[in-house]
Amino acid sequence: MSFAERVDAALHDPLLKTAIDRATGTAQAKRAAAIAAFPSFEPARRRAAAIKDHVIANLGAYLAAFEANAQAAGAAVHWARTADEACAIVIDICKKADAKRVARSKSMLGEEIGLPHALEAADITRVETDLAEHIIQLAHERPSHIIWPALHKTREQVADLFRASHRSPQNEDTIPAMAASARRQLREDMLSADVGISGANFLIADTGAVCTVTNEGNAELSLVPPRVHIVTAGIEKVVPSMRHATHLLRLLARSATGAALTQYTTFYAGPRRPGDREGPEEMHIVLVDNGRTRMRDEGLAEMLRCIRCGACMNHCVVFRQIGGHAYGGTYPGPMGAVLTPALDGLAGAKDLPNACTLNGKCREVCPVDIPLPTLLRGWREKSWREGLEPVTMRRGLGLWAWAAKRPALYRLGTRVAIAALRRFGRRGWIARLPLASGWTDGRDFPRPEAGSFMARYRKGER
Amino acid sequence: MSAPRVALFVTCLVDLIRPRIGFAALRALEAAGCEVIVPYAQTCCGQPALNSGDRATAADLARRNIAMLDGYDQVVVPSGSCGATIRAHYPEILADDPEWLPRAEELAGRTWEILAYLDEVRGWRPDTALDATAVYHDSCSGLRELGVKRQPRRLLAGVEGLTLKPLDGEETCCGFGGTFCVKYPAISDAITTEKAAAIEASEADLLLAGDLGCLMNMAGKLHRRGARTRAFHTIELLAGMGDGPAIGEEA
Repeated sequence: MSFAERVDAALHDPLLKTAIDRATGTAQAKRAAAIAAFPSFEPARRRAAAIKDHVIANLGAYLAAFEANAQAAGAAVHWARTADEACAIVIDICKKADAKRVARSKSMLGEEIGLPHALEAADITRVETDLAEHIIQLAHERPSHIIWPALHKTREQVADLFRASHRSPQNEDTIPAMAASARRQLREDMLSADVGISGANFLIADTGAVCTVTNEGNAELSLVPPRVHIVTAGIEKVVPSMRHATHLLRLLARSATGAALTQYTTFYAGPRRPGDREGPEEMHIVLVDNGRTRMRDEGLAEMLRCIRCGACMNHCVVFRQIGGHAYGGTYPGPMGAVLTPALDGLAGAKDLPNACTLNGKCREVCPVDIPLPTLLRGWREKSWREGLEPVTMRRGLGLWAWAAKRPALYRLGTRVAIAALRRFGRRGWIARLPLASGWTDGRDFPRPEAGSFMARYRKGER
Repeated sequence: MSAPRVALFVTCLVDLIRPRIGFAALRALEAAGCEVIVPYAQTCCGQPALNSGDRATAADLARRNIAMLDGYDQVVVPSGSCGATIRAHYPEILADDPEWLPRAEELAGRTWEILAYLDEVRGWRPDTALDATAVYHDSCSGLRELGVKRQPRRLLAGVEGLTLKPLDGEETCCGFGGTFCVKYPAISDAITTEKAAAIEASEADLLLAGDLGCLMNMAGKLHRRGARTRAFHTIELLAGMGDGPAIGEEA
């Protein structure tokens, strides 16, 4: 499906709109309250951006330190240049561990590299343990939001889904009863997994630890009991030390859910050591580039600041109308509109940076101050340079620009345009414009006054 | 203190659709003690090219406007988004041009959105009255790129008889977005519909803002929905022209 078709489908789905309004409305209110109670937000986000910028400028050194310290803690570190390499490494580890079943704790990097599909292709049973990921696994769908993958579903739809799929579903459709049903279903699956796979919210360079945050505790239950823990993480997730991670955590939780901190924030440093009561026998960390180095070197370094909080999409007027699936990539919303052309190619994703009003709200709420509108404009420039924009658009803009550089001619043009537009109008409004039906399909166009400002000013009108 | 020489950049949309806004700007600036000049060579700030990705054309128009606007004490624009193009984006567009970058920065430093200029720089207050209730929509570029928020409200507080009411989502984009509204009309329409509903729910007589593009979008939607809210550029009210035809009303 094309972007236009996906948008059309989304705009004609009233349940989707209900689901988006409920989730993003709550998210906006909770974030606003959290930021209001955190008066140092502005300096805090500047410091967060500075931390990330420093790391990104010195990525090689921090990754080397992380690798050495993770190895010292007993973990194996693997490097993957591409999504395919990363999946191959994970599947290889699973096969060596003779894994039949893996428990997966929600990871957008895992989605980005196509890990769910790779596991399926390798005949390994995948159990999604995040509640929302569990929902979309049952529904055979993809995430529509980076924090709430099942944001596009109403709780009523989820109740029906659980009743149809769970071994012992809820008796009544209350949220606690539904959560209990999911818990009954998932616990058994989690505890019987051979391998646990997670992403990482932070990689701590000076300790070699990996940090995950969840609100359900599913990461801990998915990662500690199995024999093997595999982490797949983007290389930009590294931070120098714990205090940098905690600074970013304060912003991450507030920006995502409005909480001061996630319910579960866990640091994993290596596999089980002698004397430990629990923990996996092996820990593997797969560090994934998948275009990140190229992004850094080709003008998208600021995008690597992203800590995946979702605030930009929760506050985006376009996302709030079309939802996440319409974007067509792994990541939706403003951050997705910047990332998807880099990950999937601009030719197939050129609508994403264009389908944006450049209102700047995303940057205003971004906890690491990513200049998202500037980066989106950058993609538009590349799309223009590479001739991906429609010919009519290029010709129209070219003609207008040619006239705009010739004032006398431009004056003549406005005179003709005003006369033409006025012919379409009745009592102040134009209800239909043949060449601008995009406007008049949904709204009326004001009939221009008789004579341009410049013409009337020149005639002495004041 | 002698009167500052102010160049009025009316913007292409005001020139084409609603010259009243240009005349209101002229009147208010003169009332605020400015000597106002309207450079004849002005056309467009280049924003459509900039936002379409045609950086070369945007740079061409930027250089042209920088040369044209040379020498005035200030340049005043009755639009947050055109003002932001000159003030925030010209230096960005010409960042790699060592000859023009300093000139772009110099122009940026003396270019003002009109409401911010009247309030912050001139400390002017209107001398007019209008018995009405109004809501104010904060247009995105003015709000986020130029910090226009309190200035229009301070100025409007000086209009006798006018009551500003709160507008739910007053800082939320109206869905106009320049060429966005015709390139992605269905998305734009959905956003604008929500905005219009919020404006109608306020039951205000008037919708005010500082950008004609956003105003045309919201007013056009309100009219299509049969709403009775009338839309004006804020400067029209401040200049005492609030008793004239609203956007979409014949003179």
